[in-house]
Amino acid sequence: MSDFLFYCFAALILLGAIGVVISRSAVSAAMSMIVAFIGMSGLFLLLETFLVAILQVFVYAGAVMVLFLFVIMLLNVEDSSRKGPDFLTVVASTFSALVLGSIFTYLFVLSPESADLALPFAHAEELPSIAHANDFCTSAKTFGFSLFTKYLLLVQVAGFLLLLSIVGVVYLSQSTGSQK
Amino acid sequence: MFSQVLSHPAESLNAYLLIAGLLFSVGLWGVLLRRSVLVLYMCLELMLSAVNIAFVAFSRYNNAMDGVVFVFFTITVAAAEIAVGLAIIVALYRKVGSVSVSNIKQLQR
Repeated sequence: MSDFLFYCFAALILLGAIGVVISRSAVSAAMSMIVAFIGMSGLFLLLETFLVAILQVFVYAGAVMVLFLFVIMLLNVEDSSRKGPDFLTVVASTFSALVLGSIFTYLFVLSPESADLALPFAHAEELPSIAHANDFCTSAKTFGFSLFTKYLLLVQVAGFLLLLSIVGVVYLSQSTGSQK
Repeated sequence: MFSQVLSHPAESLNAYLLIAGLLFSVGLWGVLLRRSVLVLYMCLELMLSAVNIAFVAFSRYNNAMDGVVFVFFTITVAAAEIAVGLAIIVALYRKVGSVSVSNIKQLQR
């Protein structure tokens, strides 16, 4: 059953990503990107990281895509992106993407030296013990525990980064608006 | 080897890494192919979140929480980056009047 789900989510991801690349209008590119993000969230569910899966839906498929759609609506991008890329660009980009994709396929699946690595069983304890504070666990409690012990400094840095980005966006939008 | 992974992909690390790698390649394809800065930026986001899948899969394989926590920070940084990047795109549109990369060639001269 989970193998079938894996194939479904993998198809969602890859078809959504290809839809982003080949769709003509920017709005349908954004819609295909939502499909790809939903598929990614499904893969996170299969990996039993439920918190990251729901964060993916909330932050990426929700907030980020709403921002993108707002900007697409604000700027009149539809007519400027009508002109397709020239032939050389199509050939070169497709060739390089195919080369990179086949390198990845060879490395992870086809190569005789790559072993088939099975994922271990994930246990869902209620509380993280001190001895195994960073072991993988499906509960959100373990996530918060390592977030606020081992990675406390990173949480503060991330909060400061968000503050900086707010200030930066306000400055950018004000300074370009006053010049006009 | 190939059939081994394909018969039970949900419990195999290789299958997740393969999906992450293919998604990264498709994102690179879009970055090289598209002309609109907005769609280019979406493809960059696809490449960034392809790495998230690899992070979570490796974290699960090593039976450690670190990769999952790191994905949390990656999502935070990506959200901040998208806010700033879209503000830059709007500023660019006000200056140049277009969001196509073929019209942005001030640095060529």
